[in-house]
Amino acid sequence: MLHVTTVVIGAGHGGLAVSRHLAERGIDHVVLERNEVANSWRAQRWDSLRLLTPNWLSRLPGYAYRGDDPDGYMSAQQVVAFVENYAKEIAAPVRANTTVTAVRRTDGGYVVETDQETWRARSVVISSGGATVPVVPDIRAAVPDGIEHRAAAGSAQDLPGYRNPADLPAGGVLVVGPSASGIQIAQEVHSSGRPVTLAVGEHVRMPRTYRGHDVLWWMDATGLLDDRYDEIPDLARARTLPSMQLVGTPERATLDLNALTRAGVRIVGRLAGVLDGTAQLAGSLTNVCTLADLKAKRLLKGFDEWAATAGAERTAGLPAGEPVEPTVVPQPSPQELDLRSGEIRSIVWATGLRPDFGFLAGLGELPLFDRKGRLRHDGGVITASPGLYVTGLPFLRRRKSTLIDGADSDADHVVSHLAGHLAGQ
Amino acid sequence: MTATESPTVDNGVNVGALLDARAALSDAPAGAQFQWRAETEWLKGTHSRGSVKTFSGLGGEQTHISTFTFDADHPEHFAAEDQGATPVEIVLVGLGACLTGGIASVAQLRNIQLRSVKATITGEHDILGILGADPEVPNRFKSINVHFDIDADATPDEIAAVVAQSQKRSAVYDSLTNPVAVAVDVN
Repeated sequence: MLHVTTVVIGAGHGGLAVSRHLAERGIDHVVLERNEVANSWRAQRWDSLRLLTPNWLSRLPGYAYRGDDPDGYMSAQQVVAFVENYAKEIAAPVRANTTVTAVRRTDGGYVVETDQETWRARSVVISSGGATVPVVPDIRAAVPDGIEHRAAAGSAQDLPGYRNPADLPAGGVLVVGPSASGIQIAQEVHSSGRPVTLAVGEHVRMPRTYRGHDVLWWMDATGLLDDRYDEIPDLARARTLPSMQLVGTPERATLDLNALTRAGVRIVGRLAGVLDGTAQLAGSLTNVCTLADLKAKRLLKGFDEWAATAGAERTAGLPAGEPVEPTVVPQPSPQELDLRSGEIRSIVWATGLRPDFGFLAGLGELPLFDRKGRLRHDGGVITASPGLYVTGLPFLRRRKSTLIDGADSDADHVVSHLAGHLAGQ
Repeated sequence: MTATESPTVDNGVNVGALLDARAALSDAPAGAQFQWRAETEWLKGTHSRGSVKTFSGLGGEQTHISTFTFDADHPEHFAAEDQGATPVEIVLVGLGACLTGGIASVAQLRNIQLRSVKATITGEHDILGILGADPEVPNRFKSINVHFDIDADATPDEIAAVVAQSQKRSAVYDSLTNPVAVAVDVN
């Protein structure tokens, strides 16, 4: 058995940020990675995906984007290179191709079992990612045979991940879910000549740019990304919000439901059920669009208010904002879609991703999970098991916890708490 | 932004109690399992009387402070005696009531004083379906429209957001816009 003070599970940008903060405090550690550094970006996302955040916002502790296109958006391959280079630069002690199979408690710490060595450590930081396993509603089982299924991102044993349009059969495609992945895949699949129907539930609409700046610039400048988990009114909701309806393109184009409708994508209600081979579509389409329109308006109004006061120096001379155009909901909106007619040949499930904490089963006697199966933590501190920490979950400590830019402050806090734990505080 | 900070806003909704219930039931989800009940009895022709008295929830049997009754019938145009609203109209009343209660609660939570809230609910219906005259026509409403006239201390967007949120949290709205399994048996 090998000994180390801290084991970090996962060598994505989050685990590496933790590694960097551990190193700064002189805490010896290893970073165990099941594949290679930045694995999700290599293997678990579709080909054309780019970061939703502009390059300048890709900031990690002691590291940042240094290229000549600060306002651009990295491709998945560029993210891999960016994270790989970070691992090299901070000389992170990564053990690649090492899959953690179990974490167990022992006197004074943890045993971390892997398919390689077994490690004994006083503390463990789980940074294996919040978005690894596709979440697909049970109604999938009622979909008639003959229709091919893909996960928008990630993959499971019986559900391959979507890579590109050529990967789908010819014919109609139903994309389920209007978040970033759903709208991007709907657009590129429709452009390939496969008619797309997009099933739309609640979504987070926002323009790519506002008053000449990327929407993420505004969220960063106004402090919205720094909102804290212990200060916002409805944390449960904030942690389960769908991803921002954005795409990173060289044109900085806004991709919303209106843009998809103009491109010929058919917008329909949320996929509510499948009965006798017919998809049942919720009648709430108008309201989910109204909710998203009003929230987008409030977001931009907040930017304007900030610009008029606190941000006056940084926003002097900016053009006026473009109003949010109401989402045009096609009327009448169909309530049913026949899945047996041959019109729909494949379904892409853009219905979300969850983390995979199967390796924590060995700690089963502890109340680690809530009734919904979500890991309980207080801003990354797993209080039920002292010395155990997690990073990289949505709104872990701040709104930006989901973004690369959020890894630094989350890792800093978690490692600071961890150092206190090691010191017996 | 809670109601306690602005006591002048009073829509008659105890938001504090609702938020307390939400927190308590999140910790004890079994108590959140409710059963709503109604009884109906045939009187004559298409006239029936529904009554509502008990329900279960919060871990036990509960009773309304009195028994409420609802007469249902069909208009004379259907060769009936029109002793009450049609069942489809009662569905519209249920939808309007559910959204209106939601509006009062959401407005209270958002510190918006309501002065009047009026809804006009219309359901488009091709009755060739229920008459069995055309098997292609479904029995259900083709569409439902709810029009609100609201007078409140808020901007039009704020009022629109309250109305949108009330739809998002409405049991009747959700039951009408999504499939619900219905089982009917008989002795």
